[in-house]
Amino acid sequence: MPSDLTTNTAVRGPSGPRTGWTPPQWVATTALLMPTYAWLTLAVLLPLLTMFCFSFLSATPMGKAPIVFTLKQYRAFIDQPYLLNIGWTSLVIGFWTTLLCAVFGFLAAVALSRATFGRMRETLLILILLPFWTNGLVRVFSWTMVLRENGFLDNLLHLVAPDAGSISFLYTRYAVVLGLVHGYLPYMILTCYIALITIDDAIIEAAVSLGARWWTVLFKILVPMAAPGLISGCVLIFVPVIGSFMEPRILGGKVGVTMGTVIEDQFTQAFNWPLGAALSFTLLAVVLAIFATFSGVLKRGAAA
Amino acid sequence: MTNFTRRETMRLMSAGLIAGAGLSMLPRKAFSAGKITVLNWQGYGTDEAWAVKAFTEKTGIEVVHDYFSSEPEMLTKLRTNPGAYDVVLINSARTQQAAVEGLIAPIDFSTVPNAAGLSPELKEHPNLMSDGKAYGTAWVWGITSLAITEGSAKPDSYTALADPAHKGRLALFDDAVTNIAIGALLSGQDINNPTDLAAVTEKLKGFKENVKLLWSSEDQWNKAFAAKEFDLSIYWSGAAVRSKRNAKLPVEFVVPKEGGIGWLDNLTIPTSSSNPEGGLAFINYMIDPEFYVEWAIKVGAPASANGAAMEKLPAEDLNRLVHKPEYLKTMSFQSALPDDRREAFNNVWQEVKAFYAE
Repeated sequence: MPSDLTTNTAVRGPSGPRTGWTPPQWVATTALLMPTYAWLTLAVLLPLLTMFCFSFLSATPMGKAPIVFTLKQYRAFIDQPYLLNIGWTSLVIGFWTTLLCAVFGFLAAVALSRATFGRMRETLLILILLPFWTNGLVRVFSWTMVLRENGFLDNLLHLVAPDAGSISFLYTRYAVVLGLVHGYLPYMILTCYIALITIDDAIIEAAVSLGARWWTVLFKILVPMAAPGLISGCVLIFVPVIGSFMEPRILGGKVGVTMGTVIEDQFTQAFNWPLGAALSFTLLAVVLAIFATFSGVLKRGAAA
Repeated sequence: MTNFTRRETMRLMSAGLIAGAGLSMLPRKAFSAGKITVLNWQGYGTDEAWAVKAFTEKTGIEVVHDYFSSEPEMLTKLRTNPGAYDVVLINSARTQQAAVEGLIAPIDFSTVPNAAGLSPELKEHPNLMSDGKAYGTAWVWGITSLAITEGSAKPDSYTALADPAHKGRLALFDDAVTNIAIGALLSGQDINNPTDLAAVTEKLKGFKENVKLLWSSEDQWNKAFAAKEFDLSIYWSGAAVRSKRNAKLPVEFVVPKEGGIGWLDNLTIPTSSSNPEGGLAFINYMIDPEFYVEWAIKVGAPASANGAAMEKLPAEDLNRLVHKPEYLKTMSFQSALPDDRREAFNNVWQEVKAFYAE
């Protein structure tokens, strides 16, 4: 057992002749972990803590207005019940985006890992990552040109069927989901790809030689064995998607109102940072609650 | 606890600002005679190189600029750098606040000959007045109102926004204060302090079937309008001129009978100015029709508060066609909003947006 080996080494201490004082084990551990924790504190914990403190204030602490401690920001969902609808919309958009990303991302990763090799695979991987390196705003705006009435999509249709009406669906929830799926798909492809390339070809060959059809191979072998990648991809996508504001705003038109846009408005337009912070933390709590509910599934999947 | 830290921070920040200002003023003090410092947004008329050169040649007064990037920053600069500025640009919504704090001085129009041409509605607008004295010289203004596709029927009232004739063809500006103002005008209330917010909400919700999109930048508006996504929208007068002139879009700006929503920028003299005469001479030059016409045609400018300057523009000039002097009579001006009212406005607009999205 490898874990036993390490423990033994730790107990025995470093082998070989040593003279002088050796610092205790915890010093080395702390020193080694320091950069990680310092970074986490600086980049994650401190900003979060600042926002958490803000969420209990009565007004943005700039300017001359007196600031008092209050819990009223957290009552927003009760005082403004329309926020519940917006929250639900955000979750639904998050669900569909994640689902579509999971289906297409997984299939793309299967194709990438099983049907390609060598230089071709590298090229394809770079092609998948390429859109990631372009500005997100540019990507979303280019979708408006494709989806709008008499846009690229309509022109394409009219080439085939000149008399057909418009199939433009810009300024609908479908457009928002499409934009989000496009934006977040690379996460899913990458996590699934990494999980899939570790699967031994021999397992699949064995299954096929025993008469398994492609769907049996897919659902009984590939999906369960790549589940950790699939699940981390879903978590990576679901969380930012329900807080997204750029895609809904640009592609959603009047239906593009999500928790993300409401929170953004609080910071940029209303100058009400405390409410924005409180809404963000409420959203965080909801996300954590969702993950906690499905923690059993997530754990089993991640362990597989 | 919060108060203490905040005060500490403010003190530190002001100390830093004063130190910085002190340092930067050292060389300035040495030859202060015949020199003025203007505080304004960058690239907003006063710092046009040709204009500054012409002014210096005419009067011998040298012009130096300092800039702010937000209105609160402008007030902070006035508070913490007394004596540093001789002319400052203030949005009329902030004038009274600055006057009450004693930051700016009333203007004696007898020393500003060009003030005679100022439109009376602007020159003595209530936003500028305190104790019967004007604390600023109206300089430029603009309107937020309706824009339509050229050639379509001109709406004569904001009720057109809810008219089924425009079903799915309306674009609103995604801004709480603007939309509350429209709702207030429709329900016959004061745009800056509507007492019946429920009526405003009701009016705004009535646009639901018509709303196609909510725009938040001029660029977004231009792209969507060019793609013929809407025919009717809430838009800015200055932006309408640019869309038509630069982007060649067939847009027409219309102010209905309820009146437009206006903004007004003023030039004024800080109480601490060391060269108020020089400052007034500069303000006089800034409202000079000659300067304005050159600015508007060469560079592009908002509407001048000086009616004489507007009349000097060529008759077919878009700026002149869009900013008709009669609009000044019906226009309501935005004024300063207390925080709780701004918050209430934002909540109404969020609620309306959520209703549109349903």
